[in-house]
Parts: sequence; structure tokens; C-alpha cells
Amino acid sequence: MNLNLDFASIIERWPTFFDGALLTLQLAFIATMLGTAIGVLGAIGRRSHHPIVSRICGIYVEAIRNTPLLVQIFLVYFGLASLGLKFSAFVVAAAALTINVGAYTTEIIRAGFDSIPRGQIEAAEGLALSRAQIYWHVVMWPAIEKVYPSLTSQFVLLMLASSVTSQISAEELTAVANYVQSDTYRAFETYILVALVYIVLSLIMRAGFWLLGLVIFPRRRRLGTPL
Amino acid sequence: MHKTLNAATNAATQSPVVSLKNVHKSFGTLKVLDGVSFEVDRGEVLVLIGRSGSGKSTALRCIDRFERIDSGEIVVCDHRVSDPKLDLRALRQDVGIVFQSYNLFPHLTIEENITLAPCSVKGVSKAEAKEEARRVLAQVGLEDKLHQYPEQLSGGQQQRAAIARSLAMQPKVMLFDEVTSALDPELTGEVLKVIEALAADGMTMVMVTHEMGFARGIANRVVFMHRGKVHETGPAAILTSPATPELAQFVGTGL
Repeated sequence: MNLNLDFASIIERWPTFFDGALLTLQLAFIATMLGTAIGVLGAIGRRSHHPIVSRICGIYVEAIRNTPLLVQIFLVYFGLASLGLKFSAFVVAAAALTINVGAYTTEIIRAGFDSIPRGQIEAAEGLALSRAQIYWHVVMWPAIEKVYPSLTSQFVLLMLASSVTSQISAEELTAVANYVQSDTYRAFETYILVALVYIVLSLIMRAGFWLLGLVIFPRRRRLGTPL
Repeated sequence: MHKTLNAATNAATQSPVVSLKNVHKSFGTLKVLDGVSFEVDRGEVLVLIGRSGSGKSTALRCIDRFERIDSGEIVVCDHRVSDPKLDLRALRQDVGIVFQSYNLFPHLTIEENITLAPCSVKGVSKAEAKEEARRVLAQVGLEDKLHQYPEQLSGGQQQRAAIARSLAMQPKVMLFDEVTSALDPELTGEVLKVIEALAADGMTMVMVTHEMGFARGIANRVVFMHRGKVHETGPAAILTSPATPELAQFVGTGL
């Protein structure tokens, strides 16, 4: 066995890795924001008394959760192409990741909504709040606080899964690594470095979500207890 | 703000605040309300008593339309509750309801709990709502809890805060659904004191309670429900000298 590692030629390409990592974070950020919006709407839709609305949301969730991400990415990529629509790989990747994470987020947020006791909603109804006001003030915020750990894990997973978009040449971290290793013939070193960068990105995201949690959940910040 | 009304003189000249006429309600095949009628005049305290399952809580919940009735008529503060075209939110601005399980919003401070509805429903300014929050909290003896969260309060304090939250909407009638059933005797006492003070202020109230001693002290009228019907009704005195054997048995075991 002769293990001969040479990181020098990899590390000197750090600006390339940095750009890739930045793109990965951008993809994760966009998909997290839009995915959260889809998740909230999807969860409201799944709980709707309107059978068609709840059915459509259910089909969306099941279709996404039972197909591989890579296939979903190709479907968006080739689907848009066959409609004659030309988008950059980045837009396609962001769209596919959003659609993907939106389904998982829908399920997580729905679980949060379902965990709000009926009495909370009755109290709000008794105070004459409208349905929208009840959803916003009494259901959504405590629900999100309760499922925040699952939600943030899902978004970190999404950031890691975004490496799959290298398949459609989105210039994110893994795609960049593929170029570098084919250039330098230092595949093992490249992916060791890339793995480390992904770990750093995960830590950055977790820290960001922790800070965000302090801002948007003042009760938790003050009391430190789970809701 | 405080209307100190004399129930007896006003009752004759004004239409009742709450009126149920021949109300029927079933849950599936179970008949819960079987032709219930009663009226509550302005400034009056009506106490609903009866065994578990007698329909008293359902009757109370029908007043605020948390349950829909099958037939009959309910009118509350000129809102025809039984009308399918009822403006539900207008009704609920006039009616305050307090539940057994307090149902304070756990993620909001006591102040935020109280100001939420006045701000978002009535469009009251934040500053005005905060001032009102201070006033109603003082009324229930909790002015120092303004910035605490519900979980930091005892059960009795939470229930008083829930009463304050309802009062901040300046309701014309308050409904209390077994509000002390989850509390120990000491905490029950502090909640009942708040309710007594409200009654003394002239608040119209309908309450379901198992506290017979309290009912005797506060009720202008007692409605004893039995098997979905108003079995016996009258002034608080009927609790000490019941006319029907069912009520006699109930207060006998209830004391």
C-alpha cells in the first residue's frame, strides 16, 4: 500500500472551490426560502376542507417523496427544454431543489399544524379572529417553532443533496470538484477537501438557523424551553 | 367604562342579552339538548348546573356558536345565532368565552395574548391596546405579569389572564365553561373572586360550574339541566330548597 497524498495542487485552486461553495449556499438559500413558502401553503392546502385542494397537495407530496431527486432534476431540466424554455443550469437546479424540498417541508409543517391543540384555535375563534389571523398568529408560529429542528435538518440535507445538480452542470461545489479532479488527477484529495467544505457549509447553516431561531422565537430565547 | 347596572330594574325594560328558545341538538344519535329554553337579562348571572353529560356545556357553547343547533332559536345581543347568515365574528366580538383549559397562546407574552385580538380584530392601536391590557390585568390582579409567558404562571393566574384577555375585547356578555375545574381549591378561590368582582361590576354572565357554594352566592338565576332538558330553574335559593328530586339528589351529592 502506498498512499501518496498531495494537497498542494488542489489547495491552490481555492478560488474555484470558493465559488462552488458560494453557489451551493445560494442554491440552498433560495430553495430554503421558497421551500418554506411552499411548505406553509402546501400544509394549509393538505389540511383544507376542499377535497380537490387537499388531494392536489397530497399528490404533489407523494410524487416528490417517492421519486429520486436526480430524476426530478432531469424532469425539470428536459421538461423546460422540451417546452422551448431556455434557463441556466442554476435556475433549473434552484427550481428542482425548491420543488423537492417544498414537498418535505409541507409534511413537516403539516405535522406542526396538526400539533396545535384544538383549544388554541377555539380560544382564537372566541376572540373573533379571522381564519387567516388564526393561521398566522395562533397556528403557524407555534407550529414552526415546534418543528423547527426537523425543518432545519431538512434544509441542511437539501444543501448536501444539491451536489446532485452537478449532473446538469450547475457550477456548484461538487461540479467544481469534478473539473478540478479531472484537471489535476488528484481525485481522492479533491473529494477529501470537498467533504470538508461541505462540513463547514453544514456548520454555517446550522449556526445560521440557530441565530434565526433566537430572533423569530422570542419565548424560546427568554425561557429556553421547548414549546 | 364600568357599567354598574341594577339587574332588576333593567331587566324589565330591555330585551334579554341571551335567549334560547326550544333548542335541540344531537351529536349523531345522541340527543344532547332536548328543547332547551332560557333567557339572560342584562347584568344578570345565570349559572348552568347539572351532571356530566346533561348538556350544560353544549348549551353554553351553542351561545357562541361553537356548536350549531339542529332546531330552535338563539339570539345573543341582537345576533340571531341560529341564522345561517350570522356574522360570526360580530357575534364573537360581543361575547367573551373562557374555557376550562385557559388556552392562552403559549408563544406570546401575557400582554401579547391580551392585545392580539383588540389590535387585529378591532384595529385598536398598539399603544391603546397595551393600556387596555394593563387595565384588564389590574382588574384580575396580575398587572405584574404583563411581560411573562403563560408557562411562567400558575394555573389560577393563567385562568385570570384568560379572563383578562376576553375582557379586553369589551364583551357584552361573558361565558365561563367550567373555568375552575382544572384548579386546586386555593387557585379556584382566586379565580372565583375575579368573577365575583365582574358580577358586582354588572357584567352579564353565563357560567357552567360545579362549585355549588359559589353558584349559590353569585347566581341571579340557576338552570339545572338533566338529560338535555331544563329540569328546574329559579333563583339561587333552589339550590338549598330544590323542588325536584333530581336536583335534590344532585346538590346533595354535589356539596
